[in-house]
Amino acid sequence: MSIPHPNRDTSALFAGPLAWTEDLTVRFGRRTVLDRVNVAVQPGEVVTLIGPNGAGKTTLVRAVLGLVAPDGGRVLRRPNLRIGYMPQKLSVDQTLPLTVRRFLALWRPVAADRVEAALEEAGVARLADSAVQTISGGEMQRVLLARALLGDPDLLVLDEPDQAVDVHGQAELFNRIAQVRQRRGCGVLLVSHDLHTVMARTDRVICLNGHVCCSGRPEDVSRHPEYHALFGGHAGDLAVYVHHHDHAHAEDGKVVPDHDGGCCHG
Amino acid sequence: MDDFVIRALLAGGGIALLAGPLGSFVVWRRMAYFGDTLAHSALLGVTLGFLLGVNPMVGVMAVCVALALALVALQRRRNLAADTLLGILSHGSLSLGLVALAFLETLRVDLMAYLFGDILSVTDGDLMAIYGGGAVALTGLALLWRRLLAVTVDEDLARVEGMPVDALRLAFMLLIALVIAIAMKIVGILLITSLLIIPAAAARRFARTPEGMAALASILGVLAVVAGLLASLNWDLPGGPSVVVAAAALFLLGSLVPLRR
Repeated sequence: MSIPHPNRDTSALFAGPLAWTEDLTVRFGRRTVLDRVNVAVQPGEVVTLIGPNGAGKTTLVRAVLGLVAPDGGRVLRRPNLRIGYMPQKLSVDQTLPLTVRRFLALWRPVAADRVEAALEEAGVARLADSAVQTISGGEMQRVLLARALLGDPDLLVLDEPDQAVDVHGQAELFNRIAQVRQRRGCGVLLVSHDLHTVMARTDRVICLNGHVCCSGRPEDVSRHPEYHALFGGHAGDLAVYVHHHDHAHAEDGKVVPDHDGGCCHG
Repeated sequence: MDDFVIRALLAGGGIALLAGPLGSFVVWRRMAYFGDTLAHSALLGVTLGFLLGVNPMVGVMAVCVALALALVALQRRRNLAADTLLGILSHGSLSLGLVALAFLETLRVDLMAYLFGDILSVTDGDLMAIYGGGAVALTGLALLWRRLLAVTVDEDLARVEGMPVDALRLAFMLLIALVIAIAMKIVGILLITSLLIIPAAAARRFARTPEGMAALASILGVLAVVAGLLASLNWDLPGGPSVVVAAAALFLLGSLVPLRR
């Protein structure tokens, strides 16, 4: 069951990416969290951000959402871009009596049958009358997906939960999102802590560590030495891949330029 | 029934109706201590009102808003916890109000009435302020209801959806300031927060929707006002504190009721 898309065709009039950054720089105090980052999400494309803890993945997502102001560079969006945001987690105070159905209706005036349809599309129709405080982390993720769908998004932005959802539930959620993308043709920007669960469902991977280390198709990135340098033994199967670097990482993650250069990433 | 009793019931009932929905938000947003802080600053507002020759209610509103803005500015610095900041502002402004009042030697102010309320001396003018101000506050709250709920649930989500989160928060603070200004006379600045949070807390267990909780809080508040006033008249007890004791008793009774779930 799908939800009608009013004015869907207008976005097709614009060419180019849905949202993109130009030399985006964000500092928290003296620490530079994002250093001249350039990323873009094309219509219908699933882009996954990976990187170690503290790499700035969540900060990049928050900057794209407009929740963090850039200290340098710009964040740009297609005019009237509709973003559906799925936060990492959401906890509603116990004192607020709120059903899932009502939660979904808070964000915009919305007809009851659209709420039903969105719950259906996210696979949680049975939870409509449950109190939001009583559902599990995985169920909440689906409810947040339903919430995002109600805004009829051009771009779905998703910060993956760390532990709240088990691996199986996580894989199911990504299948759902892949279906949604297929059906609606929206772009997806996704933060992942575990590349393996999203590999098969991603068009492009951006490996972030304060700056863009490498990016490309998942199978290429997984063979990338930078990727292995960041993820060590967890990077999975090794492949022979000849590659030149234009920089190396010092112990604090800072980029140390190499002089032989030659790598096309960044 | 004497006129002053009817006026007291109308005044207390009006405040309780208003306090139901606003108090529910104070509970949901965990702002009980914030409400207390604003209320404590009200005495300073009264004094300023006398000094400048304007209506004390105007002075109270002005000081509450100034305090709310100061708090937002101080919280941005993030080197002190919110409750510490609230404690400083709450007690600092209350003491400043008391000190300023002492400077006004020519002014004879019934301090006890401001601290604990004087519900039996409510005038027709007070009633007009309560119902006029109350109508404004409830209309404002009704207009902002859905968006305030959204901001209460998650500020980031509300921001991404394009809601003016900071303006909504400020509007809510203004509504609280307005309630404090008009409720001060009834229960006094030290007890105003109790009228906001106790009926709402008592209503929580029985509510399935936000609106249900707000409405039930209003009903329980009116019950507490009636019971407290009757007790006060019967046994010659202080009015404001009797109302608060009645509300607390309702809360206790409610928490003993078994629920079928």
